[in-house]
Amino acid sequence: MALKDYKDIIHRCFRCGYCKFTSDYSYLGFNCPVYNKVRLESYSPGGMMWLIYAALIKEELKPSKHLSEILYSCTMCRNCSQQCKFQFNEDIVNILKAAREEMVEKQLTPPMVGQFLTNVYDYGNPYREQKQNRDNWAENTEIKQYEKGDEFLYYVGCVGSYDTVSQKAARALGSVLLKSDLSFGILGNREICDGNEVDMLGEKGLFEFLKEENTQTFKELGVKKIVTLSPHSYNALKNNYSNEFEVFHYTQLLRDLIKSNKLDVSGGFKAKVTYHDPCFLGRYNNEYDAPREILTAIPGIELIEMERTKENSFCCGGGCGNFYTDILGSGQNSPSRVRVREAHDTGASILAVSCPVCLMMLEDALKAEGLENELAIKDISEIVNEALL
Amino acid sequence: MGREKLIYNSLVDIIGDDFVSNEPEDLYIYSCDGGTTKPRGVDYVVLPKTVEEVQKIVILANKEKVPITPMGGGLTLNGLVIPVHGGIVIDMKRMDRIIEVNESSRYVVIEAGVSQGALLSYLKKNYPDLQHSLPEAPSIATVVGNILIRGHGSLSECGDHSNMLNSIEVVLPTGEICPVGSCSASPHWFSKGPLPDLTGLFIGWFGTTGIVTKASLRLYPRPEKRDMELFVTQNPDLIPDLVYKIVQTRMADNIGMMEQEKPEYMKGYQFTGVIISGDSEEEMDYKRKVLGKVPQMCGDSENKVTLLAEIPPSSKERFLEEPPFAAVAADFRKGGGFQYCGIMMPIEKVPEAWRRGIEIAHNNGMLFQCANQVMSAGHEVMFGFNYSFNRADEKDAERARKAMEDTNKLGLELGGIPWKADLQAQKQIIEKMDPNTLELMKKVKKLLDPNGIMNPGNWGD
Amino acid sequence: MDIYSSLVDIVGEDFVSNQEEELYIYSRDSGAQQPRKADYVVVPKTVEDVQQIVKLANKEKVPITPMGGGLTLSGLAVPINGGIVLDMKRMDRIIEVNEKSRYAVLEAGVTQGALHSHLEKNYSHLEHSMPDAPPMATIVGNVVIQGHGHLSVSCGINSQMVNGMEVVLPTGEVCKLGSCAVSPYWFSRDPLPDIMGLFIGWFGTTGIITKVSLQLFPKPKFRDLLTFASDDLDLLPDFIFDITQLNLMDNLFIISQEWPPWAQGILYVPIISAQDEEEFELKIKLHKKLLRKYEGKITLVEGKHAEKMRAARLPVPPVTLGVMAADAKQGGGFEYTGGIVPIEKVPEVSSRSVEIAHKYGQPYLLGYQLLTGGHSMMCGLAYCLNRADGEDVEKVRKALDETSKMILDVGGVLWKAEAPAQSLMMQRMDPNTVKLMKRVMKALDPNAIMNPGNWSD
Repeated sequence: MALKDYKDIIHRCFRCGYCKFTSDYSYLGFNCPVYNKVRLESYSPGGMMWLIYAALIKEELKPSKHLSEILYSCTMCRNCSQQCKFQFNEDIVNILKAAREEMVEKQLTPPMVGQFLTNVYDYGNPYREQKQNRDNWAENTEIKQYEKGDEFLYYVGCVGSYDTVSQKAARALGSVLLKSDLSFGILGNREICDGNEVDMLGEKGLFEFLKEENTQTFKELGVKKIVTLSPHSYNALKNNYSNEFEVFHYTQLLRDLIKSNKLDVSGGFKAKVTYHDPCFLGRYNNEYDAPREILTAIPGIELIEMERTKENSFCCGGGCGNFYTDILGSGQNSPSRVRVREAHDTGASILAVSCPVCLMMLEDALKAEGLENELAIKDISEIVNEALL
Repeated sequence: MGREKLIYNSLVDIIGDDFVSNEPEDLYIYSCDGGTTKPRGVDYVVLPKTVEEVQKIVILANKEKVPITPMGGGLTLNGLVIPVHGGIVIDMKRMDRIIEVNESSRYVVIEAGVSQGALLSYLKKNYPDLQHSLPEAPSIATVVGNILIRGHGSLSECGDHSNMLNSIEVVLPTGEICPVGSCSASPHWFSKGPLPDLTGLFIGWFGTTGIVTKASLRLYPRPEKRDMELFVTQNPDLIPDLVYKIVQTRMADNIGMMEQEKPEYMKGYQFTGVIISGDSEEEMDYKRKVLGKVPQMCGDSENKVTLLAEIPPSSKERFLEEPPFAAVAADFRKGGGFQYCGIMMPIEKVPEAWRRGIEIAHNNGMLFQCANQVMSAGHEVMFGFNYSFNRADEKDAERARKAMEDTNKLGLELGGIPWKADLQAQKQIIEKMDPNTLELMKKVKKLLDPNGIMNPGNWGD
Repeated sequence: MDIYSSLVDIVGEDFVSNQEEELYIYSRDSGAQQPRKADYVVVPKTVEDVQQIVKLANKEKVPITPMGGGLTLSGLAVPINGGIVLDMKRMDRIIEVNEKSRYAVLEAGVTQGALHSHLEKNYSHLEHSMPDAPPMATIVGNVVIQGHGHLSVSCGINSQMVNGMEVVLPTGEVCKLGSCAVSPYWFSRDPLPDIMGLFIGWFGTTGIITKVSLQLFPKPKFRDLLTFASDDLDLLPDFIFDITQLNLMDNLFIISQEWPPWAQGILYVPIISAQDEEEFELKIKLHKKLLRKYEGKITLVEGKHAEKMRAARLPVPPVTLGVMAADAKQGGGFEYTGGIVPIEKVPEVSSRSVEIAHKYGQPYLLGYQLLTGGHSMMCGLAYCLNRADGEDVEKVRKALDETSKMILDVGGVLWKAEAPAQSLMMQRMDPNTVKLMKRVMKALDPNAIMNPGNWSD
């Protein structure tokens, strides 16, 4: 939907501020990662709604570079939509997306965002890495290309494919899937960006292009079921592509495999573990249980919850391409550092994640906090891999 | 004509010669009070009837640069209404009208000279459903005086009396008559705000910022029944937890603690009295039941809290009388002298205050006696260290004086603050005060009283 | 150095802005007031930051407007004469909770929500009196506008619950007020000369509060409400008197709304709490007994309407009334005139409010809350507005104006009044009181930099 389709809603924001909090107003801090860091009211959900109205509907303000910085600082974690008490709450994130679409049309995106989008268009990934290197991470593994007839397409995504930290998760998941005897394969260097971030950044045209390309590839190969490493991919493929494919996030699949004894995790994993709910699995798709069921099924794991958990999970700050564009910036109050400290305070020795974006964001933050000796970040795929007999 | 005669004649012009005096005998009475303060010189005593008279007196005092000291009942016992630098004592007690009672919005508008007793009996007779919070002071104490020193009383659960203030009329040191609170913008004296709060400029300042001539005070429901429960302990360490638990029940109107060394059988025991009230026996029984459960929640096998099943009638009377006859302490040494240090302190400091209070009393050759009051939801305790003395024996008075100085010092050391501080305690407070706050205080005083005529010598002059 | 650079020097460039977008947001709030331009937005972290900003402002003669949650809706945190908006919300530490003496020492940016959740989690037998406002409202902001919360009837209004303050004066000094001026403990407002009042109700014209010590109260285990309904407005003062004589409520709401239709009469909603079931049953019984005197003219509401009322008014804070009203016209705007009046004036206020509402084509939305133990009534006479419809906003502004005048007419006082209404009050005020106010303001703020335009006639 275009921004003008929301014009009867946007001005209804009362700037009451519920959107800044968790559901129980946790004193740990505000739950909007942008507002928590920047603290200028313009950088809050209400501030953005009012600015969108002023600049793009009523045209009281001239759309400017600063406006685009504000609108693009949001990671679209959906906490605001979740906490807003009004009837139009679901549309808050959609309105921001539609506003970004207008900013794209007006060529008013921040330079790093522009670069992100150009890279995706040119290279199929935001990193400007060569297409043919996309499956280098799988070298020296037994993970093969998808062939017609394989049950699952293992869709890796850009971050898992190219980021050195997240590649570990990609490999770990591959290893687990191999041990499960499921037939699966990857697209290798035919895989291109799923477009989730592109969509969130307001580049509709590019998203449609990616969607079409990917869908064509899938159909060509007769793909029916897709399992994704990343919740970002999961969100795009499940909710914004056509309905022809059955899409799973890997935690859902692994949970089922463990339950049905097709994977034996009795090797165990001894640690106090705390789990960080990723936005695109949690708030966007209501999947809070599968990752936890996996963790509690593994002997030796003591699962401790952080104070802000499930719907109240605090975003790592990587969404909407911020893992690349870094619009939110670093500093003590950058979302990932805040979250790492929160995890550390539980006394856990492992912070478990189920998203390659969270993995790399939190890993960076861990170093910035100087907590490498006290806490380790692990993807659930890595934990499962280690627990397998 | 000498300046003295000039001033005297001007005062007579304002009020009439029946209500002005500079006779030595009259002045003597106003130069001392029932506490240990040594007498200080007074030059004139006046007893105005109307606010216009007060205004004229203030204007005259400004012109002639004569200090003025407003006075209510004169029962602070700390010498707060005894002039430090001579001048005129304005005895407000002729301004004794009860102007209005608003039943619906529960307030009473009174002049500054209305006594506690007068208001008590007036309400009992005409508005038996309503009461005001009555301090444990002789009935001649004025209602306004007690508010302005931030007194507390039978309804201490509702906070101190300045909390119950709606509006005032005040004569500023520069002579203007100034309504403050809702009465400044409305015919009704029902509220302090929500306006910029100027009432604070006159509360706790001991008359150094103006003369309050009228006040509107909140009233509360008067229930049908009133009774008390008495808890006994033999270790002051138990008190904070006991009080905490009583407050959590939310059953008490008033919580007071006391100990006295004479008669002998009372020595070593702390008594915590809880006043409860209600409209029916059912309500009262319920409250008794709840409070009955408190002892088992406190202490341990070594240190117990006991709830007395039967309270000696004399004790009951002492607590339930309206007002309780606290002044009886003045005769403990058959000497008509009594003063106390009231230290406002956080409740967790009470046990230490208790122990060290006993030391101080004994070090100064006195008996230990304390009477304490818990404020609102256990937010603070007024710890009253009582010193009775024989007025006829200067040595005895000196002992009491010294004991009070030590007590004020103790209070500040514990992180408390002396209530209605006498000059010596004010000095100790100022020494400890945040210097910027002290500057601000001085600024405010100078702003309101540029000629320094209002009860000078108090609060840092 | 120009002002912007000086501000950046003090708090760092991440926390200063003079860009259009920030200024847009801080130049208006969600009420009906016309926007007013801010020149700088600054978000300090420490008292020293605030001090330096104040000193700079004095030197450069730039106005400062301190801001908490910005939710008064009457534009009190929106500058009248431009200058710096000081967004206090980064100063968000809960410094200390003293359980035994039941108080919390907080920085000025601590929100109602944060304190509430901190207490629920760590001191579950204590609570603070929480106002009927979104949780973003700050504790200090609510205190300085003399707000009231869910313990209003049993414990008093929030400006009475302050033990101490730390204040930055307009001339730059930092002062401690209350027992903390002399003692390490922030446990008591008295018994020192009461300077604190100089910062309560002044809308930031006398200084910037950077810390407060707030009283806490025992939290009951049981809480519920009753709903009584009546068609007879004239019974109100008597019924209020009777119910307050019982002296058993925490809070009392009175509601009269054109919509939904079942709320059109007068609904009395006492909130009752207890530490155990028996106390609770007893209290409920005694309240229900009150009805006997009124012979059917006031009745107990049961069934689905009672449930609706429970869902709306029982939570702390209640969500429904204030915030939901903002979307009743699907317009994102909501404002009300808050008037404090003697209780016997409420029937007159009610009927005249209905008249005014209808005159401007608005449904009437009257919400009252009893203050302290039955000493005055806070009247919230509300109008929803559609922010996108200029005509609607103008109508609401006029209605609010007329409502304010009506409150003053009956002898009430306006609560957290917007600047024009403040002037209205000052015009009615005794000239000596106005003079005294001005003297105080001038003495504390000689360069008139503190939120100027407020409390001016």
